[in-house]
Amino acid sequence: MSEMWTAKLRNKWQKNLPIEKLLPDDQPAYVVSWIYVFGVLTLAALAVIIFSGIILAFEGPAWYHISDSGLFVNSLHFWSVQMFFVFMVVHLWGKYWMAAWRGDRFRTWATGAIAFVASIATAFTGYLVQTNFDSQWISFEAKDGFNSMGIGAFFNVTNLGQMLLLHVAFLPLILGVLTVIHVLMVRRRGVVPPIDAIPTLSEVGR
Amino acid sequence: MTLSKQAKHDFDAAPWSGKTKRYDIVKEGSVAVAFVAIAAIVLSLLMGSPDEAPLTFKGWAVSNADNFYVTAVQELAGTSGSATYGGPYNKASDGLNVGPLWLQKWAGVTHPVDTVNEFVIAPLSTQVMSTEIASALATWKAAAESQKHTWATAYDDAITKAEGKLSDVAPGAYGPVPALAKGLTDMAKGGALDAALLSQGGFFQTDNTKQILFFGDGSYLDDAGTEANLQGGTWGMMNETGRYPGQAWLWLYSFWYQIPPFNNEESAPIGANADAYIMVLMGLLSLGLILIPVIPGVKSLPMRIPIHRGIWRQYYDANGIKRRKK
Repeated sequence: MSEMWTAKLRNKWQKNLPIEKLLPDDQPAYVVSWIYVFGVLTLAALAVIIFSGIILAFEGPAWYHISDSGLFVNSLHFWSVQMFFVFMVVHLWGKYWMAAWRGDRFRTWATGAIAFVASIATAFTGYLVQTNFDSQWISFEAKDGFNSMGIGAFFNVTNLGQMLLLHVAFLPLILGVLTVIHVLMVRRRGVVPPIDAIPTLSEVGR
Repeated sequence: MTLSKQAKHDFDAAPWSGKTKRYDIVKEGSVAVAFVAIAAIVLSLLMGSPDEAPLTFKGWAVSNADNFYVTAVQELAGTSGSATYGGPYNKASDGLNVGPLWLQKWAGVTHPVDTVNEFVIAPLSTQVMSTEIASALATWKAAAESQKHTWATAYDDAITKAEGKLSDVAPGAYGPVPALAKGLTDMAKGGALDAALLSQGGFFQTDNTKQILFFGDGSYLDDAGTEANLQGGTWGMMNETGRYPGQAWLWLYSFWYQIPPFNNEESAPIGANADAYIMVLMGLLSLGLILIPVIPGVKSLPMRIPIHRGIWRQYYDANGIKRRKK
């Protein structure tokens, strides 16, 4: 029984990430700063981005040029992206100054940092598929950088169809998977203890 | 690693065994989503979002017919930016390099662009045209390649000599080139070129490469970018049209274009290949961001600069933990 892949996976999951860790109802008492809010705010902004993006996807890339409701949903998408990056950058700086990679949390940091880079790529393709002057300008200017590295040979920023598919399918999938892994790692390891926290003193508080 | 460091690591890695407090993660997530949704709705209602209408070839040919005409001649002569670009569009140049790495050249021609036929001859051929233009087109198509090149180059050189002032261009053996350029300009003025460039005689088409490249060969797109303060040399990469925030997260990428040697095209090898060097630099910096926890100096800065004292003030005060002396 224990040789089964399924059983192995389940046992490993239950050992590392039991439901009490995944959906906790308590947390360390040192988690009191406002800086802790920015991680969940980033996730919340991502949720609004995905929700507004799905509506835009149903209506097509040119909808918002000709419809007030389209412009409103496009604006929701635009502003939630702006908030997403503000929250994520504050979250990132906060985690840096907390040295949040301590205690075997390197992979938590790395997945977050890779997700940041993936977010930039996803947002960039979004700017290319606006089908407005911005898209014309950005695609013409950006092509030189990608072409100079040979990337333009397969990632053609002036190809609206390719950019649209990458923006609504491939890149959100990558970002989504990275985000889920990142959050699961946070839940598994818990919030990093304060720098200079003293084990004996923390035990006193039990 | 000393024992105390190992013990510290084990403590940081172990599940927290000290004081805890109640925490409703589902409620926190729900409140966060509600907060962001409301903020996005308010901002959307108050501010909207940028949507500057795209430029068109009609707009270009109507507002600056001479510039469009000259660009059409350059496409025929093979002297435009697109015609001389190199990979991935053609083999007219080796493109940029980083030291011995000629990645642009090595990646090959994967999106072939033939400016003569795809930018001028094919779109013109889709039109019902005057006898003059139809005759010019027939003459061009019947001529040998070397003859076509001679006509177009001679006319392009004459325009350059006249500093772009068409009325000052000396008469010469330019064949059908002036008529073809005039025909394309008229076609653009009538609004037919945008769709013809995209479709290239087909029906479904989602690739705007040819339109964008042709646009960039003239001054129309560049002038519009300058007017909107979007030029790379003035932080344009992170600007947006109108009074909206742009891609502020590209500030570091944009930064390199503001300083020497990257902002000097004459400076070899880096300035002359700035796009490539900056891509490499940003790739390395992105890798550096991911690897911060293992980079000496950078990883220990948070321990030396006591911002954490503010973040965990309550914990430190409650447990009487003083700031490190070092």
